[in-house]
Amino acid sequence: MTGLTALCTIVAVGALVIILSYIARRGITSINLRFLIETPKPVGEGGGIGNAIVGSAVLLALACVAGIPLGIATGVYLSEVGRGWFASVVRFLVDTLTGIPSIVTGVFVYAVVVLRMKHFSAYAGGIALALIMIPIVARTTEEMIRLVPHSLREGALALGAPQWRVILGVVIPAAASGIATGAMLAIARVSGETAPLLFTAFGSRFFPRGLDEPIASLTVQIYNYAISPYDEWHAQAWAATLVLMTLILGISVTVRFFTRKKF
Amino acid sequence: MSTPTTMMTPKFDIRSNSVSTSQSAKISVSHLSFFYGRNQALHDISIQLPERMVTAFIGPSGCGKTTFLRTLNRMNDVIPGTRVEGEVLIDGENIYAAGADVVELRRKVGMVFQKSNPFPKTIFDNVAYGLRINRVTSNRAELAARVEEALTNAALWSEVKDRLNSSALGLSGGQQQRLCIARALAIRPEVILMDEPASALDPIATSKIEELIFDLKKQYTIAIVTHNMQQAARVSDFTAFFLLGKLIEINTTEKMFTNPNEKLTEDYITGRFG
Repeated sequence: MTGLTALCTIVAVGALVIILSYIARRGITSINLRFLIETPKPVGEGGGIGNAIVGSAVLLALACVAGIPLGIATGVYLSEVGRGWFASVVRFLVDTLTGIPSIVTGVFVYAVVVLRMKHFSAYAGGIALALIMIPIVARTTEEMIRLVPHSLREGALALGAPQWRVILGVVIPAAASGIATGAMLAIARVSGETAPLLFTAFGSRFFPRGLDEPIASLTVQIYNYAISPYDEWHAQAWAATLVLMTLILGISVTVRFFTRKKF
Repeated sequence: MSTPTTMMTPKFDIRSNSVSTSQSAKISVSHLSFFYGRNQALHDISIQLPERMVTAFIGPSGCGKTTFLRTLNRMNDVIPGTRVEGEVLIDGENIYAAGADVVELRRKVGMVFQKSNPFPKTIFDNVAYGLRINRVTSNRAELAARVEEALTNAALWSEVKDRLNSSALGLSGGQQQRLCIARALAIRPEVILMDEPASALDPIATSKIEELIFDLKKQYTIAIVTHNMQQAARVSDFTAFFLLGKLIEINTTEKMFTNPNEKLTEDYITGRFG
């Protein structure tokens, strides 16, 4: 049994290691400082992904600003406040939302936001990513808050704390590292999304000048380069993939560092 | 087992048996019934808890003693589907009256739980929590003074004064329970409810808690639920015996353990059931 589980672990982790090392090997050759800070140029002239890195960061920031608070609030509602049929309906809808293919979210935001604004924009991209984040954050928040012992809530209530202070001051801090892990999972998930950005943020060859305009992102850039017929762009797609993965790793480590168990 | 028909009113018992007949009742409960959904857990309880005395609630598991204790600071309100009838007067005011302020009540009636439940915060922040949420003081020095006072009264100060900023979860079980007592004392309540505060502790930690209760009754009115009859005999001035959601008898502890009025009480105390 031990041997079997060990073998399965080796296969699973081995596949991951092979993917990561392959990306690193293909990507590392095209990475240099100019690649990281320049904007794309025509084939043969080099160029970089600086605008895509900034664009991805902007899109992620927009998505987090909208998605994390709403997701946490929904999770808190489901675990602490909601009772009866309405909470059950909300929980069912959240579960359903988690399973919606991301391209559907993209089309939805295209129909509701882009068509109405009459142009692609960073806002639309951020909204699409936020919609994907909300159910993930909500469900992990709910699960993590349920793990907080009931005795802690009673301890706070017995000191005369009103419910909202118990939630904000005791329950959420006690579940903070779990909630942050959920938020991090959601960030990692959406930072790899391409489909919902194709018809919302669209992409751009320039540094972003405003949130009301189309904006570049690493994933869309990778997609565009990968389907092109040029070897140089293929190499740049690999390099951009490596950058994307490094950024996700950086986010993970940072969040883990700030939410590590202090008590 | 039949319900005794000759149950005397608690008020009479206290007045007639207590040495301190001038004691006034801090808490006066009349005809209190409590329901979990359709299940009636407490039947028509009437009892008075005298000021600055320790009253112990004893009885077998499931007799309603903890439920009763929790009606005194309305902690049962958080359980969905529960209902209360009758009234509980604290200093003459009915805490179940429409518009009664539950937050104010819980400030006045502190509670210590069976399992110690320190917050995952520092020792200092645990004790300061009640002071902060009730906006007792915003002055740092005063806050620190109140925390020290509470920890001293809970006989914990000397053990933790050098590590106030380390996690409360690093304390031993007995220390955690005294921290929870300190947390309750910090907001200077008038009544302290204790739900089997020593049931999870070893004999040494238990004796510390019992000594503490003895000291605290100089200032506070204390109600304590206990499974341990020796403990009730050691720490309390009055003892109330509950059975199947009914109050069978309340009397001075001395009388209760030597010559109770009710046959049922005697049977329970001598270990014939329960």
